Order: sequence, then C-alpha cells, then structure tokens
Amino acid sequence: MTIADRWLLPDGMDEVLPPQAARMEELRRALLDHYHRWGYDQVMPPPVEFLDSLLTGTGTDLELQTFKLTDQLTGRLMGVSADVTPQVARMDAHSLKRQGPVRLCYCTTVLRAKADQYQGGRSPVQVGVELFGHAGQQADLEILHLALSSLMVAGAQEIHLALGQIGIYRSLVQAAELDPEQERAIFDALELKSPGELSLRVAEGVQDPGLAEMFRALVELHGGEDVLTRAREVFAEAPAAVGAALDQLEALSAGVKAAYPEVELYYDLAELRGYQYHTGMMFAAYVPGYGQALAKGGRYDDTGRAFGRARPATGFSMDLKLLASLSVEEPSCDGIWAPFDEAPELAETVASLRGAGERVVQALPGQRTGPKEHRCNRRLVQQEGQWRVVSLE
Amino acid sequence: MNKQLILALSKGRILDETLPLLADAGIEPAEELGGSRKLLFDTNLPDVKLVIIRATDVPTYVQLGAADLGVAGKDVLLEHGAESLYEPLDLEIAECRLMTAGVRGAEPARARRRVATKFVNVARRYYAEQGIQAEVIKLYGAMELAPLMNLADEIVDIVDTGNTLRANGMEPRELIADISTRLVVNKAAMTMKHETLKPLIERLRQAVSKRRTTRDMSA
Repeated sequence: MTIADRWLLPDGMDEVLPPQAARMEELRRALLDHYHRWGYDQVMPPPVEFLDSLLTGTGTDLELQTFKLTDQLTGRLMGVSADVTPQVARMDAHSLKRQGPVRLCYCTTVLRAKADQYQGGRSPVQVGVELFGHAGQQADLEILHLALSSLMVAGAQEIHLALGQIGIYRSLVQAAELDPEQERAIFDALELKSPGELSLRVAEGVQDPGLAEMFRALVELHGGEDVLTRAREVFAEAPAAVGAALDQLEALSAGVKAAYPEVELYYDLAELRGYQYHTGMMFAAYVPGYGQALAKGGRYDDTGRAFGRARPATGFSMDLKLLASLSVEEPSCDGIWAPFDEAPELAETVASLRGAGERVVQALPGQRTGPKEHRCNRRLVQQEGQWRVVSLE
Repeated sequence: MNKQLILALSKGRILDETLPLLADAGIEPAEELGGSRKLLFDTNLPDVKLVIIRATDVPTYVQLGAADLGVAGKDVLLEHGAESLYEPLDLEIAECRLMTAGVRGAEPARARRRVATKFVNVARRYYAEQGIQAEVIKLYGAMELAPLMNLADEIVDIVDTGNTLRANGMEPRELIADISTRLVVNKAAMTMKHETLKPLIERLRQAVSKRRTTRDMSA
C-alpha cells in the first residue's frame, strides 16, 4: 500500500469538514426541535438488524442497497440499515404497541451498498418523521406541513411540491384484471411517461375499452392545477376508489395552498415510485438547482403487518447532507481570543464567559496562528489588573 | 425565477436529423453549429440553450439535472439504464436495430460464448435472458473485426443496412431491440418547469407526426 492509498475513502463515502459539519449539526437540532414541538418523539433505530426484519415488505430496491454481514453468534444474515422507515415501522408495530396515533422522528446515518451520485453518496444522514395509526387525509396533511416547513427551516426557497396518489393506478390495475407480465409492461411505460409505448402495452393487455382509455389518459395526467379537473372527466366512469383518491388529493392541495401559498404545486397521477410499499398519497419536494427531490414521502399502510400489527402509516424523509447544502452561510466570526497565561484570574474570567455562552479560544504556548484564524472578533486583555473583553475591529 | 431550459443533443448523425425537427418545433440555434468548437449554444428562444455532447453522455447529463431534457438513441438509453428519466417521445429518427451477429455459416459456440460489444450491459442482460452463458468483451469500435480475429464468437451491435457485416463475411442473427431516437426529460425538471416543457414536447410531437405523414406520402 502506498501513502497515496491511505487517505483514500471508498466510493461514495464522504467526511464532513467544518464549516459544513456545523451547518449540518445546527440543522439537525433545528429539525428535531421542530418535530418535538409538533409532538413527535425521537427514536434511534439500531444500525444493524437481521436481514429478514430489515427487508420485510420493502421490495428489491432496498435489498440491493443493503450491505450484508453474517452474525457470528447465530449464523444469521444481518443487514446494515439503508432506510430507517421500515425499522421505525417495526418499532411502532412491535416495540411500542401504543394505542392511537403514534408520532416518531429520527435522524441517523444509513449505509447504501450502491454509490448513488445524486442521493448523497453511500452514507446519507436520513432525517424524517412517521405518523402511525391514522388513515385519514388529515394525517397526510400534517406530514406535508412538516415536510414543507422542514425545507423552509433549512433555507429552501422556490419549493415545488409534486403530489401523486398511487391508489388511482392500483384501482385501475385491479379493475383491468391484468396478469403480472402485462402489468409490468404497462408499469414500465407509465414510468417512462411514454404515450406511444403505453398505447401498445394497453392494447395488448386491457380488454375493456373504457379502462384502456383511462390507462392511456393517465400518462398525460401530470402538470398544474388543470390535472385534477381533467382527471375528473377522464375517471367519471372509473371505480369508486379513484374518485375517493381524487377527493383526497383535492383536499390536500387545498390544505397546502392555504398554509403555503408560495409553494408551487405539481400533480402527477402516474407517479409510481415506491409502488411496492406506497398505498395512497405520495409527494416529492424539489428546489431549483437540485436535480433530485430534497424530501420524499407518502402513505405506506400495513407495513407493520409482518411485525404483528397492521397499522396505517404516513411519513417522509430527507438527506441531511443534501439539505444542509442549501445554506452557504459562513460561520460567524464571534469568538473571544484569550492569550496564553496561567494566571488564575484569567482562568476565572474565561470560565465565566464560557458559562455565559461565549465561545472562548485560549492560545497555547508557542502558537503562531492568531484570533482571525480562529474566528474571534474580540480579545481578552489585562487592563488595570482586570481582564477585559476588547473589540478587535 | 430560473425557467431556463438546457437541451442536450447527441453529436453526429442524430444531430443532423434532430435539428430539422427542432426547427419545426420552433427552436433554432442562434449560430451555425458546424465547424464551431463551442459546446454550449444560444437559440432563437431566450430561455432555451443547447449543449452538443457525445451520445453516450446525454443520459448522464439529463439524469443528473445538468440538462433538463435531451435527445438520445434507445441503444444508449438501454445501455445506460433509464432510471429516473422520462422518455415521453419517440422522435422516429436514426432508426436501426440492435442485433447479435456472427461469421456467416458458423455454428455459435455452445458452452461459453464470447461476445464483443460496446453495449456491455445490454449484451449481459440479453444472453442471460436467453439462458446462454456469455463472456462479454468491451470494445469501442470495429466490432466486425472481433470474430474474424477469433477474439469473439459473436458481436452485439447496431445494424442499419447490414452492409458492413456482409462486407466482412458476417450475418445478422437475433434481434435484441428496435432502436430509434428518444426525447428524454429529467424528473425534477418536469416537476419545476412543466409549464414550458409540456408545450415544447407537444410541439415536437406534432413535428414528428408531420414528418411521418410526409414520409408516408412520398413512400
């Protein structure tokens, strides 16, 4: 191994240096305080779990993303957490077993096996909230509130919120009685937002002409306010669940508009992200300058079933590293510089200043760097036998 | 508010066929593209800029959001993997086929087939689906040479007329996919700039169907 290799970090693993680390920590505290004020209790999931519990009901994407290792004590396979949400769902279903709505929040580093250049590398810091035990749109609206206000806490401007409802697609698939292969083909075409491709697949798989028309219309149902109006026309004859899903979207959109008139709303009724676990409303929040969503969330009812208790669930998560990059604020130059001096009076003064919340940097003997390098705008000087704080400017 | 659109175009033959379509949809480069060493171009529309890059780089630019939308061959998209990209429109240009090919009359090796290609991911996926154990060799050009020099048993490549294959004593074998050029769009851009993007896609769609009609009539 050469010297050059020793500083090299694995792909997608990054260290966070000052001042970014300070920004991240400040934001972490601000967000957790924010969730605390909304009544969310913090949980700390374990970094490693048995693989079967970690991957329950989550689909293959997460399985590929999970680092695996063998537990030498039991011979069972363990996984390093790549997504906190299923862990928190387990805590709610099995460990807490509380009655009524349960509100939980977390902030923890996860590991991802695949380096993903647009998602904070392989060690994002996942921060988010989950609300269990309430199936109504009021719970979804609370989650939307928290997601948008979290982004604002982080300093995001010009937020664009994309709203979707996976229930619409699910109802159509159910009504059309597609076999898994046909469904897969239609799913892929919708994911590409390709009307041409979709028409071909629908013609192959969907017998009912009314339903076929609805599938074809779905791919164009994304954009501004008019999407909901168009959807009402398109889905006039659709299964009742589709109408209910649209009602819910309208209510959520009205709620968001009332509270955050400056947020731009985008609707996408063919958004199918997280199809394996999402069951209702879904959203993603974007900010100009970022090619990917800063916050993602939605409803994922019944994930807890595998742990003994099926519960309604809704929530969202963000990557703290990405979020902290919204702020470019330079750390303030606000410290007090104390000279190297072993006089007990100086030690006393320094201690009382620190006690009052001041940042005091004490020089070490032989130190060549000065107050400026250590972000100090004041210094302690001895005047008439007293240690006084004097401005440096 | 930043509603500027960056459109990434594939260099070469695709570019020559893309520009007339763009012109039909109302987008024209503000200056001559040929001969210039520039990579970033203004257009007649103040909020649309063009970048001209290698075809294989287009999906990366669009996926990472450096460009809002792009024009790329389906072959490149299949090889790159199109996660988190929308593909709303088939431009129906630069149409060809992605195929396997081998030396004329030669029996394909049974056990471990050696395959030379620049479409490494596509080839791996295709042979696995066929239940054939293949050893994929990455080459950057002149695929037809590989079987002749006994570097590979088969190749996976774009076949247009098949003339190059025939000239080298080879024959096309299995069709992997029909290829044409697609418009790709970044997800975040679709969310934030749908007001400018959707009409643009619609204009392109009309340009494509107009072109299809004239071609059908002259045929």
